[in-house]
Amino acid sequence: MPYGPHAADDRSRMLQTIGVDSVDRLFDDIPEALRSGPLKLDPPEPELELSARLQALAARNRTDLVSFLGAGAYRHWTPAVVDQMLLRGEWYTAYTPYQPEVSQGTLQSIYEYQSLLAELTRMDVVSASHYDGGAATAEAALMTCRATGRDRILVGRGVHPHYRQTLETYAEGAGLGVDEVPLVASGPLAGTTDLAALALLLADAEHPVAGVVAAQPNILGLLEDMPQIGRLAHDAGALFVSVIEPVSLAVLAPPGDYGADIAAGEGQSLGIPLQYGGPYLGIVACSDALIRQIPGRLVGLTKDLEGKRAFVMTMRAREQDIRRERAASNICTNQALLALAASIYISTVGPHGLRDVAAMGASRAAELEAALAAAGAPRLHAGAYLNEFAVHVPNARAVFKRLLARGVLAGIPAADLLPDEPAVADALLVCATEVTTHADITTFATALAAELAGGAA
Amino acid sequence: MSVVGERLQPTIFELSRPGRGGGKIPHPPANALDRIPAAARRAEAPALPELSEPEVVRHYVNLSALNYSVDSGFYPLGSCTMKFNPKLNEWAARLPGFAGLHPMAPDETAQGTLAMLHELEAILAEVSGMDAVTLQPAAGAHGELTGILMIRAYHRSRGDVERTEVLVPDSSHGTNPATASMAGFKTITIPSAPDGGVDLAAFTAALGPKTAAIMITNPSTVGLFEARIGELLEATHAAGALAYMDGANLNAILGRFRPGAAGFDVMHFNTHKTFSTPHGGGGPGSGPVGVRPNLVPFLPSPRVVREDDGSFRLEREGERPSSIGRVRSFFGSTGVLVRAYAYLRAHGAAGLCEVSDDAVLAANYLKARLAPVYEVPFERACMHEFVASAADLKRRTGVRTLDIAKRLIDKGYHPPTIYFPHTVEEGMLIEPTETESIETLDAFADALIEIFHEAETDPELVTAAPHVAPVRRLDEATAARQPNLRWRGMTGAQTPCPD
Repeated sequence: MPYGPHAADDRSRMLQTIGVDSVDRLFDDIPEALRSGPLKLDPPEPELELSARLQALAARNRTDLVSFLGAGAYRHWTPAVVDQMLLRGEWYTAYTPYQPEVSQGTLQSIYEYQSLLAELTRMDVVSASHYDGGAATAEAALMTCRATGRDRILVGRGVHPHYRQTLETYAEGAGLGVDEVPLVASGPLAGTTDLAALALLLADAEHPVAGVVAAQPNILGLLEDMPQIGRLAHDAGALFVSVIEPVSLAVLAPPGDYGADIAAGEGQSLGIPLQYGGPYLGIVACSDALIRQIPGRLVGLTKDLEGKRAFVMTMRAREQDIRRERAASNICTNQALLALAASIYISTVGPHGLRDVAAMGASRAAELEAALAAAGAPRLHAGAYLNEFAVHVPNARAVFKRLLARGVLAGIPAADLLPDEPAVADALLVCATEVTTHADITTFATALAAELAGGAA
Repeated sequence: MSVVGERLQPTIFELSRPGRGGGKIPHPPANALDRIPAAARRAEAPALPELSEPEVVRHYVNLSALNYSVDSGFYPLGSCTMKFNPKLNEWAARLPGFAGLHPMAPDETAQGTLAMLHELEAILAEVSGMDAVTLQPAAGAHGELTGILMIRAYHRSRGDVERTEVLVPDSSHGTNPATASMAGFKTITIPSAPDGGVDLAAFTAALGPKTAAIMITNPSTVGLFEARIGELLEATHAAGALAYMDGANLNAILGRFRPGAAGFDVMHFNTHKTFSTPHGGGGPGSGPVGVRPNLVPFLPSPRVVREDDGSFRLEREGERPSSIGRVRSFFGSTGVLVRAYAYLRAHGAAGLCEVSDDAVLAANYLKARLAPVYEVPFERACMHEFVASAADLKRRTGVRTLDIAKRLIDKGYHPPTIYFPHTVEEGMLIEPTETESIETLDAFADALIEIFHEAETDPELVTAAPHVAPVRRLDEATAARQPNLRWRGMTGAQTPCPD
């Protein structure tokens, strides 16, 4: 065993103390008929060979492409300090802080995370973390049902399709109904949530709505009229869940300022590597009024018996290990190390740096928009966006494939994300961030122009 | 001297001074945001801390020093399997090809990761005796929800909609009943028998046409193999219900018992327990779920598919309409799964078997060392963990298990899990894992025995513990009554960017 601690005679000394002659005897409780034969797996692999195997596998992934892919996970530059800190075993080899006297590091770091995200979202309460953006959105929607005693959720089609599908799965189990709010198909508001349709859905007195879920920016990168969505929800007695992107909150209005009752979202952009989908950071934040409904762990500030300031997991009566079948959620292990990464990232870039990240993305995106338009792919929508937008490209899937052959990851065919939206059938959804360079944009635009001209170049 | 650092730290907000920091991000043009309508813009800059990089580093290094961790010492936290976290795995997960891969990357650009995931599914299926595995769930509890939703879908697919109950032993993890509720089921709690196993008579009495599933942790949360598991599974299936195994304690039975082969229909793995992925101070975990053929159609989407030409791809949307759907965004916690894969390959068949043998050996050794002093409610051989009780000690001296746990901190150890499961009075659930040496186990046993004698001769020494820790016992009641869950009082950055 590669990480085993035993010297030659340790096992026999241990068996002697126990009073059995072989370790097999310790497994006597397993009924004979149910015992396993030997596992059909490869023999142990020495570290030298295993490291080469892992390196070869990693090298088979194409991470060298010029990429404009976003759609819920974003390429950002992360200061070296973030991972250097995460590599300390005191952080990553600790368990959940059940014993606060020897866990003040983790506890204080979670309290600081809650505080940083509360400030960024301008919400009152932030949970210690959730699995990811999809699960966080689903949990937020369930909160609205518990809080209102209603069983119907409205989710905008501008919310990431994975989040909507996750919400559907959770709602199906809980016996809750989910209806989707359509996007405006054409005109100046095309691609944003159809507010008239939302008002109609909310007006169904027979099926009162618990919560309305909308995203800012939405999946097409467009900015929604969040204050108005919130007003419509509240007028119908429903709660308003805002699905947020945390870096954007350095420059966009925070959910606490436009009346959101709950904010949920994906924290990956705060210093967390893409790593093919996780581990990421689910964010759930709410107003004080909903504090008893928020699922997951919370860390609070308190004192020890000598009056020293200290931190502790608190309001535990909501949680599964205390409340069992009546808990607010079944969540136990969350994403503490990723919340730590987000805190170190925010602390290192600071308020100015975070604003620069968001604004630089907006600036690069504007440059990208102009370059793609010049190449023959104008924007699909008229509404405002931050750093992600759709461009009109006939045969988008085929063009996407040909661009890939030219070394350009041209975002994502919008129809792959929103197959039921004919309005985006001929479009690529592209994204720029602070790591997008002028040279990347030129490469993309040149390749696209060549493809649209018939693929000659 | 404290086993962890003693210097409490100011919060990051108290360290902030206007004008510090900078030098990280190039400045965008001043008009970069002019095209964003004012109504959508943030009116007031967020009040986030401003620090120089050296201050950030000291803050997080000094904070980390206040943590106890596996890298610093013995962490016998029962049910949590705090084994050594191999360093190779940290290196592997950070390889640019793995770490930099976008979750929506086209399949042809993700062949390395997809091949790894596909092989990992096969390894987990072999270890568990299951037919297929989903790697998507983000943690054990998330795996439970996935499994129970599949069971729900299975019954419904057969028009069997009257099954509204899930049976759960009283010694189960709290996640089991909480999961049943989230999936719309009513929890029926089954008492334990005096030998620590499930009470078979109570169990069969509760089973019936309304039973959708049973959820069994095996080995159980008191560290015993469920010796009547064959009867339990047979009765479950005879009643038309399905059997879910909570795999939190899989570390005890690798290569000895394969739940799928034995008759369980579905189980989750905790990679952060059995397969050494680090627990991160409370996550990330990862909770793959294995199923028998009857549940394969319901697995969450997307799965990894191997094409005839040997290439790999993710399932396309809607490709498998019977799926319960998505349980999260994107594919899964791939960064965690790389680590689990490395661990499994490093061990292979022989190594995994040895893991469980040594984990069970260590637990029985520690139990034998402590049994002459502490009550050990279940005398037969334990699996990878065991329960000791201080109930009698408490009656005689007033010293509780909580006090013993806190006194262990003075002696340099992380305490075991205490007061879980709830079925044992003043219980301590002790799990040494296979990566601890006999010297470590002996020293820990000596410390626990010493505390026992201290309780008899100087109880206040124990009830006032910890004496050497950065903080003493905390006022948890006030924390819950008047919650302070965030720092307030910092003002927004008033000065221009420092660089």
